[in-house]
Amino acid sequence: MTAILETRDLSKRFGGVAAVDEVNFSLNDGELRCLIGPNGAGKSTFFKMLCGQLKPSEGQVLFRGNDITGAEPHGIARAGMGIKTQVPSVYDGLSLRENIMLSAWRTRTKRDALAIVEDLLMKIRLADQADRLVGHLAHGQRQWVELAMVLAQDPVLVLLDEPTAGMTLDEVESTAALIRDINQTYSIIVVEHDMQFIRMIAETVTVFHQGKILAEDQVDNIMRNPAVRDVYLGKQADRGA
Amino acid sequence: MSALKRHPSLVVMFALALIFVFIVPQVTELYIINDMTVFAVMATLALSLALVWGFGGILSLGQSVFFGIGGYVYAITVLNTGESTIPILLGVVVPMAFAAVLGYFMFYGRISDIYLAVITLTVSLIFYHLIVSTSGGQWRIGKSPIGGYNGIPGLPPINVPGDPSARLGFEGKYYLSIIVLFLTYFGIRWLLATRFGRVAVSIRENEARTELIGYDARAYKLALYAIGAGVAGLAGVLYANWGGFISPVVFNIFFTAQIIVWVMVGGLGTLVGPMLAAVAIQYLVTQLGAAATSEIKAGLTVFGMRLDLKDFLDSNIILGVIFIVFTLFIPKGIVPFIRDWFSERRTHGRRQAESGSPAE
Repeated sequence: MTAILETRDLSKRFGGVAAVDEVNFSLNDGELRCLIGPNGAGKSTFFKMLCGQLKPSEGQVLFRGNDITGAEPHGIARAGMGIKTQVPSVYDGLSLRENIMLSAWRTRTKRDALAIVEDLLMKIRLADQADRLVGHLAHGQRQWVELAMVLAQDPVLVLLDEPTAGMTLDEVESTAALIRDINQTYSIIVVEHDMQFIRMIAETVTVFHQGKILAEDQVDNIMRNPAVRDVYLGKQADRGA
Repeated sequence: MSALKRHPSLVVMFALALIFVFIVPQVTELYIINDMTVFAVMATLALSLALVWGFGGILSLGQSVFFGIGGYVYAITVLNTGESTIPILLGVVVPMAFAAVLGYFMFYGRISDIYLAVITLTVSLIFYHLIVSTSGGQWRIGKSPIGGYNGIPGLPPINVPGDPSARLGFEGKYYLSIIVLFLTYFGIRWLLATRFGRVAVSIRENEARTELIGYDARAYKLALYAIGAGVAGLAGVLYANWGGFISPVVFNIFFTAQIIVWVMVGGLGTLVGPMLAAVAIQYLVTQLGAAATSEIKAGLTVFGMRLDLKDFLDSNIILGVIFIVFTLFIPKGIVPFIRDWFSERRTHGRRQAESGSPAE
């Protein structure tokens, strides 16, 4: 198997604090990987370095064999990376259709893009709301709009930062189905807190802790890993109880 | 009928264009036509900022820079060549090139919006002081003086391309200005419907997302800024053509502030609003100018101090009052205010029709 994404000693320091500390990460083509870890473990910072929103302090990012370290976000997007950010980043003042259209239109003619948009509207089951302003949608629906925008880019790698935040259990289940479905086509990395959701979708899980990779294994092994239970899952259980 | 339903504003604007081109000049006095010419020029200038700020989200406080450069470039070149075709083109291209250079540093330097506003305003003031300090006879470019504070008078009117003897009269200037205004309006409408225009609007909405879906926001902003500068430059050319005169007043802070007021009063994110506001405010200022020079005896005596009404008819005071009133009471501007009012009435009516079930 070939790696589609690789980081080498990737670090990001804010002042004296290393938010991400010499991370060596590798993702195979077609894989679906989950990143978990406590708040402040560096997951979102890691994502922001991958998609170009933050410049790494040190280290390299290799995407499809090319060094994209420090490249501009639009360049990385054009190379085939799509990201759904933690707080939905959509165009609240524009209609649902137009949100997705903007993404689809970059690489396509207007007619082709419009056709893709209609497909995606069906896929996220919001076709009946296509002309509403995205700012008027519920939080979970806005997450789906953003996901549709990412898919409209036709990326090869999709980064999803907490895709189920603020969703009801029903919505979480359909999101899991959607993610498994799009994994047929794209490689995916998901940052998530919800272990129930991770069990629905994941095979391999990478655990971040204090800017470093603490563990990386099959999801069942991770659940049993004492170090992981100690820093993260134990607290999750406490919070759940 | 179906066109009216799909694009009501386009049809209305097209009808207005026909009325202003074919009917108004037939039934209007020449001195009013002359006033309307400059209103059309100001409305064109308002459109340039309505595009750049209202749709591109770029707060260009010094939009008059491009208007002024357009006017000056036209004035200096037309005095040198005696034929207006190339000066008109230069009056559009030079402001665009200047905007491209200035914009390159601002957009590719990724400075924040507030710094961009201050820089553009500062550039305008620099031009003002630069031009004002060129009053001596040694300051000339070819046959044209620069003229310092007094400006450059005696500009020949625009001529038919290739025929310097066929110059525009008052009516010709009116036709040209009004046609340019409406062509600019329709041109911007078209631009905003293209992919370029949609992306520009998306940058206003959420620049980070636009970059994450693969558009280089810097390049789009730069292009939009340059297009806006070209429109402002063209308005500057027509302004110099209208009065046969250009002076550094176009670079001062009051002139550039009024463009902001037009766009804000008319409605940010609309085109018709700023056009209407420019005309209405310009009309008011003209009337006030007339009133201030007339014999008005009204006034108050407060604690022995005589306050004459005439002294308060200053256009900048009026502009300031309008700005404050709108900021406080109608911050969205007139056109969005009216649009919201209508859509609220419509939703209200529909809700009542649905037997009072509260929507959402």
